[in-house]
Amino acid sequence: MARDLSVRIGSLQLPNPLIAASGCFGYGLEYEGVADLSSLGGVCVKGLFMTEREGHAPPRIVETPAGMINAIGLQGIGVHRFVREKLPLLNERGARVFVNVCGTTIDEYVEVTKVLTDAGGVAAIELNISCPNIKEGGIQFGCSLVGTGAVVSAVRKATHLPVIPKLTPNVTDVASFAHAAEDAGADAVSLVNTFLAMAIDVETRRPTITNVLGGLSGPAIRPIAVRMVWECAQEVKIPIIGMGGITNARDALEFILAGATAVQIGTANFVDPFVWTKVLAGIDDYLERHRIERLADLIGAFDPTPPKAVHA
Amino acid sequence: MPPLDVDATVLANRRLSRDYNVLTLSAPEVGARTVAGQFVMVRPEGMTDTLLRRPFSVFEIIRDASGQPTAISILNKRAGRTTNRLYEAEPGERIACLGPLGRPYTPVTAPTEAWMVAGGVGLAPFATLAEALVAAGTPTTLFYGARSDRELFYLDFFERLGVSLVLTTEDGSRGERGRVTAPLDRALTGRPPGSTMVYACGPEPMLAAVAAVSARHGQPCEVSVERTMGCGLGGCYSCVIKVTHGAGAPHFVRSCISGPVFDGAEIVWD
Repeated sequence: MARDLSVRIGSLQLPNPLIAASGCFGYGLEYEGVADLSSLGGVCVKGLFMTEREGHAPPRIVETPAGMINAIGLQGIGVHRFVREKLPLLNERGARVFVNVCGTTIDEYVEVTKVLTDAGGVAAIELNISCPNIKEGGIQFGCSLVGTGAVVSAVRKATHLPVIPKLTPNVTDVASFAHAAEDAGADAVSLVNTFLAMAIDVETRRPTITNVLGGLSGPAIRPIAVRMVWECAQEVKIPIIGMGGITNARDALEFILAGATAVQIGTANFVDPFVWTKVLAGIDDYLERHRIERLADLIGAFDPTPPKAVHA
Repeated sequence: MPPLDVDATVLANRRLSRDYNVLTLSAPEVGARTVAGQFVMVRPEGMTDTLLRRPFSVFEIIRDASGQPTAISILNKRAGRTTNRLYEAEPGERIACLGPLGRPYTPVTAPTEAWMVAGGVGLAPFATLAEALVAAGTPTTLFYGARSDRELFYLDFFERLGVSLVLTTEDGSRGERGRVTAPLDRALTGRPPGSTMVYACGPEPMLAAVAAVSARHGQPCEVSVERTMGCGLGGCYSCVIKVTHGAGAPHFVRSCISGPVFDGAEIVWD
């Protein structure tokens, strides 16, 4: 590939825009047999609190049209075990490690961030202020402009690493949250987390997953996610990491054209763990067809001129 | 060894009943790596209403005269959209097949006996396990329970291998009427502890009962569980099951990578 697929998130230079989405890629090492972790733009590992968490009782997922609803409940090994057991191996594999940081209080976000910063070998902090599945999982910060600003500015003071709050789509105006994050010192924002959703088993009249409610992901949400990324791109100057139902190069490019600097892939990785090389090759092919040397030139290159009413 | 993703062709679809079929897939590379108890994640081409792959035990590893794998098969039972599609599949259709995945059964050798306990579609891992056990000279028995005579499959296959059969049906149309755990319990009575490895696959209540019966008779037991699974690789944390090790607190582990085969004594049943 002669073309330049690299992108920049604050001080962070990524060789390409593809990042494994948190909660969809374990701690990264689960996938080392099928994906070269160093070839990804970044690996965003599963959300971490200070301590281990069990998560919700199964069943935790249900399929819905062109998507799935999950309520895993942030099962996780906690930041200390992550730093001890996973981070050194991820660094050995050459992964650029994004850590999804969770907290039940602002202090916990700060503490987890400090542990990761002190450990070294972390590329960026993604702040999980948007998990829809646990009561104390940050969504109370992510659904309030004041709360979003408070978490971001507290974490901002605690680390030199890029701070990237992950925004929830379960608000009226997501762009105002991107703005609040930018004002509080965020280096970038990532969006969207999943849409709060529900599916009922009509035969039994009972929920399909134990938690009743869960987060909807997959291609079903993509057009809404694209719209939200576009809205945020007009509101903030900091880079946007876009996600929501990306399964191929076309989908990734749609987010990039809407204003995303990088993209995350989640659900599609469950269907095809070899998705990364395919999307990357497809993006490269697109650049070649359109005679574009640098992917970065496409960021926000969406042309709002109305389409022709009739195809010639 | 990392799994392969094979764009397999349906070579044959043998419908065994109104609900069950055996689908032969051109994935010899997967077959060559498969150890009994492992599974594949499959997705028929062109599924639009579902996204995720579905886990299936590798049912048979089909070999040519020289013993080289030429294909694998899966035992399918209609339950939902993907399994309906797999039931209807015609030769020539393509099915993405990722595997082999997961922790296999631990084979035993004589003088330890191998007793396989299957419930319904839980027969799936035992054709390959029986082949491996018989090849190693291990005395092997299959306890096999189904709803009725019409849903007991591949009996000739196991008989040809020299596997002893103990059959039960819920309606009494063949073998003993009732649950498969009843003859298992009687047969284990009086056997020296540790003399028999019990391998089980089937509905979870059956697995819990088999694990309890085995433990009561002092026999080791391995069970293969099936939980709602998203990715098969440990990425999504959907397929968790509660286990306990010694005095440790019970905790969730991913059945795709810590299983699907577990020591029956370590599972905390719902």
